[in-house]
Amino acid sequence: MAAIQFIQGLWFALPDQLREVIVILVQILPLTVTVILCVAFLTYGERKIIGYMQIRVGPNRVGPKGWFQPFADTIKLVIKEVVIPANSSRFLFVVAPLLAIVPALATWAVVPLFPGFAIADIDAGLLYVLALTSLSVYGIILAGWATNSKYALLGAMRSAAQVVAYEIAMGFALVGVLMASGSLNLGKIVEAQSGGLFSWFWLPLFPLFIVYFISGLAETNRAPFDVAEGESEIVAGFHVEYSGVAFAIFFLAEYANMLLISALTAVMFLGGWLSPFAGDGLSFLDGTVLGLLRAPGLHWLCAKIAFFLFFFLWVRATFPRYRYDQIMRLGWKVFIPVTLVWIVIEGVLAALHVGPWST
Amino acid sequence: MFATILFYAAAATLIGAAIAVITVRNPVHAVLSLILAFVSSAVLWLLLEVEFLAIVLVLVYVGAVMVLFLFVVMMLDVNTTSLREGFARYAPVGAIVAGIVILELAGLIWWRNEGIPVDRVLVPRDAAYSSTAELGKVIYTEYLYPFELAAMLLLLAIVAAILLTMRKRPGIKKQDISAQVRVRREDRIKLVSMEAEKD
Repeated sequence: MAAIQFIQGLWFALPDQLREVIVILVQILPLTVTVILCVAFLTYGERKIIGYMQIRVGPNRVGPKGWFQPFADTIKLVIKEVVIPANSSRFLFVVAPLLAIVPALATWAVVPLFPGFAIADIDAGLLYVLALTSLSVYGIILAGWATNSKYALLGAMRSAAQVVAYEIAMGFALVGVLMASGSLNLGKIVEAQSGGLFSWFWLPLFPLFIVYFISGLAETNRAPFDVAEGESEIVAGFHVEYSGVAFAIFFLAEYANMLLISALTAVMFLGGWLSPFAGDGLSFLDGTVLGLLRAPGLHWLCAKIAFFLFFFLWVRATFPRYRYDQIMRLGWKVFIPVTLVWIVIEGVLAALHVGPWST
Repeated sequence: MFATILFYAAAATLIGAAIAVITVRNPVHAVLSLILAFVSSAVLWLLLEVEFLAIVLVLVYVGAVMVLFLFVVMMLDVNTTSLREGFARYAPVGAIVAGIVILELAGLIWWRNEGIPVDRVLVPRDAAYSSTAELGKVIYTEYLYPFELAAMLLLLAIVAAILLTMRKRPGIKKQDISAQVRVRREDRIKLVSMEAEKD
């Protein structure tokens, strides 16, 4: 009892600003740890799911059914030596992986996790997301340049051109979301979609939804857009000379970005933490056990993230790698016009007060 | 107190980065310093509670323009020693340009603000105030024509840039991607059923 009082006394003795910082840190820590743990098991899930898709078993040696495989991988990567190439730019070589991981984690600050909560519930949330996701390319470009290897530089150049191309389509898709919801705040964007499965934005903004998710695949350099790595042509692209922990951080950043794109797609187009059964047509379920399904919450967001993550893996197991010029064509000549046309349609409908965004 | 520390840290980083842009030898390092300068000025704007402008600065300049800058600088093998050769010859021109810029900045900072009390404290807005919405209102009402003019100017620049790179040269081999995409299996492969050969 005395100990609790002592801690309370200590807590209230702190200056207000410091207390605020501590509260925010206490919120950041579990989220970051969860994201990193999810990344660890996402790598396991990826190998397992792609394994079953290719009619093999996948990792199955470490722990029951291979469950401890991510830990084995992590330990392996951590105890390996980090080799820094002789003629590389040392400082940038070391900083590049950090530049890749920081935006992937920092963007989570504005993601609304459950009703009324995001670590930073800021008004310009959507812009913050766009700004930070556009920063993640620096890690790749600098890694490619600092390595001082032609393969790495080629990978970095490919990645830079690709990310810039798809970022525009992604931004325009989000402009559509912004017009439909009338707010830049991610929490308000989720609330604007309240209702059942059919009042989420995926339906009225269907082309933008597709464009956003595919651009997300391209932004994260995932298959079939993984020409930045392109094992068959440029060895491993930008991270060809990275080993040990430095490589692990690049790996972590890629998977954290996948997680992030899944979360953002869920928030923008699939109603975030909203329940798909919340529509008026299902209100007879209230009071029964199934009524619990109608409640919004973190579990729905997690389910939607898992759905999109499965899509990422499914796509990787299904499609061959795109040819580079076709990636550029898809980004500039297909996606950007599609999003522009849909934004114009949306604007006209909004002006005529037709459709779900008429308010 | 905390904001003051943040302000001086960001301001010092900004000035240091801006000096580094013109002093470092490696062009890639110069571009990176410029990026750091942009980010620090975004922090300064955030401290002024203009989050929209700050984030747009990061989004447009750091996220897009500087990526292309870096892209170009990495591709060009800039030889700094040959660039340094004409330093003494071009120094007077550079000095004149620098002088004009300083004069213009001074005009902006001092002469235009004459009569406005300098030492006034910025009044923080309440939490309900959204600088994004306010900016939107001003842009689309009071400054509509300048805004549209700027938009047209940018469009003109885009069209001109595309036009400059579009040159039709006869006799080059290039891929017709839409034809490639249109290809069906039947155009390329013919399946024939034939008797198994017994030998």
